[in-house]
Amino acid sequence: MSTASGPVLAADGTPLKRSLARALRVQKIRALLLIAPLLLFVLVSFVAPIADMLFRSVENQIVAETLPRTTKALRSWDPEAQELPDEAVFEAAYYDIFIAAERKQHTRLGSRLNYEQTGMSSLFRKSGRGLDDIGEVYQDQFKDLDRNWDEPEPWVELMGAPSWVAALQDWEKGQPLPPFALRDGVADLLPLTAREYALFARFTQQEDGKSPLKEEPWTAVHTALYTDLAAADLSGYDGPRAEMLRAADAAVDAPGFETVRFRDGFAEIDEDWLSPDVWRTIQIYSPAYTSGYFLNAVDMQKTPEGVGLRDERERIYGLLFKRTMFMSLMITFSCILLAYPVAYLLANLPMRSANLLMILVLLPFWTSLLVRTSAWKVMLQQQGVINDTLVWLGLVDDAARLVMINNQLGTIIAMTHILLPFMILPMYSVMSTIPPSYVRAAKSLGASNWTAFWRVYFPQSVPGIGAGSILVFILAIGYYITPEIVGGTTGTFISNRIAYHISSSLNWGLAAALGTILLGVVLVLYWAYDRIVGIDNVKLGG
Amino acid sequence: MAEQGTDSAFVAFERVQKSYDGETLVVKDLNLSMPKGEFLTMLGPSGSGKTTCLMMLAGFETATHGEIRLDGVSINNIPPHKRGIGMVFQNYALFPHMTVAENLSFPLEVRKIGKSDREAKVKRALDMVQMGAFGGRRPAQLSGGQQQRIALARALVFEPELVLMDEPLGALDKQLREHMQFEITRLAHELGITVVYVTHDQTEALTMSDRVAVFNDGRIQQLDPPDVLYEKPANSFVAQFIGENNTLEGVVTRIEGETCVVRLDDGEELDATPVNVTTVGERTRVSIRPERVEFNRDRLKPGAHTLKAEVLEFIYMGDIFRTRLKVAGNEDFVIKTRNAPDQVRLEPGTEIEIGWLPQDCRALDAS
Repeated sequence: MSTASGPVLAADGTPLKRSLARALRVQKIRALLLIAPLLLFVLVSFVAPIADMLFRSVENQIVAETLPRTTKALRSWDPEAQELPDEAVFEAAYYDIFIAAERKQHTRLGSRLNYEQTGMSSLFRKSGRGLDDIGEVYQDQFKDLDRNWDEPEPWVELMGAPSWVAALQDWEKGQPLPPFALRDGVADLLPLTAREYALFARFTQQEDGKSPLKEEPWTAVHTALYTDLAAADLSGYDGPRAEMLRAADAAVDAPGFETVRFRDGFAEIDEDWLSPDVWRTIQIYSPAYTSGYFLNAVDMQKTPEGVGLRDERERIYGLLFKRTMFMSLMITFSCILLAYPVAYLLANLPMRSANLLMILVLLPFWTSLLVRTSAWKVMLQQQGVINDTLVWLGLVDDAARLVMINNQLGTIIAMTHILLPFMILPMYSVMSTIPPSYVRAAKSLGASNWTAFWRVYFPQSVPGIGAGSILVFILAIGYYITPEIVGGTTGTFISNRIAYHISSSLNWGLAAALGTILLGVVLVLYWAYDRIVGIDNVKLGG
Repeated sequence: MAEQGTDSAFVAFERVQKSYDGETLVVKDLNLSMPKGEFLTMLGPSGSGKTTCLMMLAGFETATHGEIRLDGVSINNIPPHKRGIGMVFQNYALFPHMTVAENLSFPLEVRKIGKSDREAKVKRALDMVQMGAFGGRRPAQLSGGQQQRIALARALVFEPELVLMDEPLGALDKQLREHMQFEITRLAHELGITVVYVTHDQTEALTMSDRVAVFNDGRIQQLDPPDVLYEKPANSFVAQFIGENNTLEGVVTRIEGETCVVRLDDGEELDATPVNVTTVGERTRVSIRPERVEFNRDRLKPGAHTLKAEVLEFIYMGDIFRTRLKVAGNEDFVIKTRNAPDQVRLEPGTEIEIGWLPQDCRALDAS
């Protein structure tokens, strides 16, 4: 066999690399199968939710989805001009909000926009009800002209394809409804009406499961009919209901036919519609993705002039982030101070005493978190054990009992206690690997007890401090239950705010943005720690 | 154990006892004195109390009873860092977070020695162990032998008069160990320091030391220079522990000054030197070194007792021949002969007669 060129071959002539890959494949597959359950679990329960959360923090499709025509019409509007958008925008908004109200989506959009501008929620709720007033003006006049305009059947004949009409007439309850189709030519003759009727017919069939033969059309259809008739020329029309349509056309063109400007109609519902701010907000938040939640999470907002800080009294997240960082650092620091001597003892005591001490350290782990936190409440409150003892000893006046709970102090005390084992254990596992001969060597070389500790023992225990600190800090920065119970108003963390937005205000986008920032902060700190201390210096044991 | 007066001793243990649990004594009534400049090895099986003695001297263990003196001053109550004793540990105990130079500088820094002095001394110490180029390395980047040298340099850099070594060569391979044995003794003699060396390796003890203290059961069994220890073991423990040894058991039948006759259990008799047998009829265990056994009758004194032996096995070991015999029922009787041109190679199965000079055969305690 020539070995001068070409790949190295295995004994059977196949390339060695392929043979090796085949030999290892079984091992790899087995390894993969072994981790598959955990991998799947992590993907489904951890990676996917986090990705979803990250996505929610920028996702903003609701505006463009609910108000497709409005956002399109608003594109050409200049928000700087301090002028209202033109009638076309109001018209688009009329049709968008009308269908949104039928679908009961306008309140959701209202809540979404309310995060950016207060008052939007009630504005949309009111408008959902009030927009009928505009259409009713036209509906009433058409009805007065001909009762048929208020009946379902003539509309079906006018708008629907004959095959659909026939199928609909044969339809009986319980069967699937025939899919709606427009009659040929009607979209050219009456474009707006055709569009609105199609929306109505499809909505009635699909969402309500009812036959358009039994339902009178929305007033928006009548509004659209008016707009179409005002512009259309029906002289050549000879389709179904031609008489009725021609009569309506004549009535619309005749003087004295009452019309409503959309803008006035909106003003009638709520004067706020005449404020450019409302339209500006809609325009700013019309893209499918927004940085609005993130800006909000750092106390900023979008304005026509660009990005700016919020009002002083609306800024809370910067304060909360700072407080969370500060308190987490305090907790980490107190944990280091308290844990170091304990870990040292654990690592240096004889086995039996060390085991007993270890049980005492682990004991809190076996107690419910809520119980521990509540116990601190009992201990620290003004009528609690510590205050009572101090008063009884005469150290504190009964009238001036110490406030140690429902503030930062309470949170720091309780969380230090709860997170202490997470500091002790990594420290212990590092310290237990430091052989006593190092300190002995230092002493034999002439170092006093303190020098031997500080110059020889302590530097070797730093990786344990690092590991414990990272663990405690990261746990602390996202802690929720304890600050919620003992934190009061001044001792709460950013996580409590996130929980509020998740469960009470339902502003999930903002909650997601806050959570994402928190995640980012932790990652940045981790990175900084790696740069400064070096992640190799972190040991959880061994 | 004949102890000279402890007045002139540099290191002295006086009636030292040590107990960890208050029930058993790990060190029982230890008396030891060393002159300045001596290289003394504490040799013994594990658990014999030798390391405990070393730790008491270093100050990491306190004596339960008795007094330890260094240069005439009792050091029982002096903390370890004030004793000024250099120490080399079993696992070297080089500080992993410091470079080699920083490790060496450490004892000088805590002694508040100026920077330039420090650097000079560190350099000299490193050169002394031929590690001058390694000052900037971390201990983890060095091989075992190099770490050993650094540990040695660190124990010597502050110029202590007494250096303790706790099995310092235990982790090295054979060749390196032999080389370091030589290095350590050379340095010790050059610097004139007093060394207490703990080991369980008898070769190490014999080759390095001025005197060896054999420990067992918390006591010094024998304290003598290596040749005396090997050739004149004081009791059967030392005889067994040091070197290879043949033993035969029997009863003392006659004592005549420097020699005695022992009747073995199968009735044969042999000549021996009585060491710690004093009365006729006493049970004894006689000990003969394999290389002192003679099977050439011409070389034995006329009239000397001989024993019948059957050759069981002949092993060629290069420089020597090792022959296993059956003697007086003992099938592990070994003789060693030099691989000389005229040397006889004993065939298994042959019957021979063996003997020895009475001074090479020592009648020891039967325990």
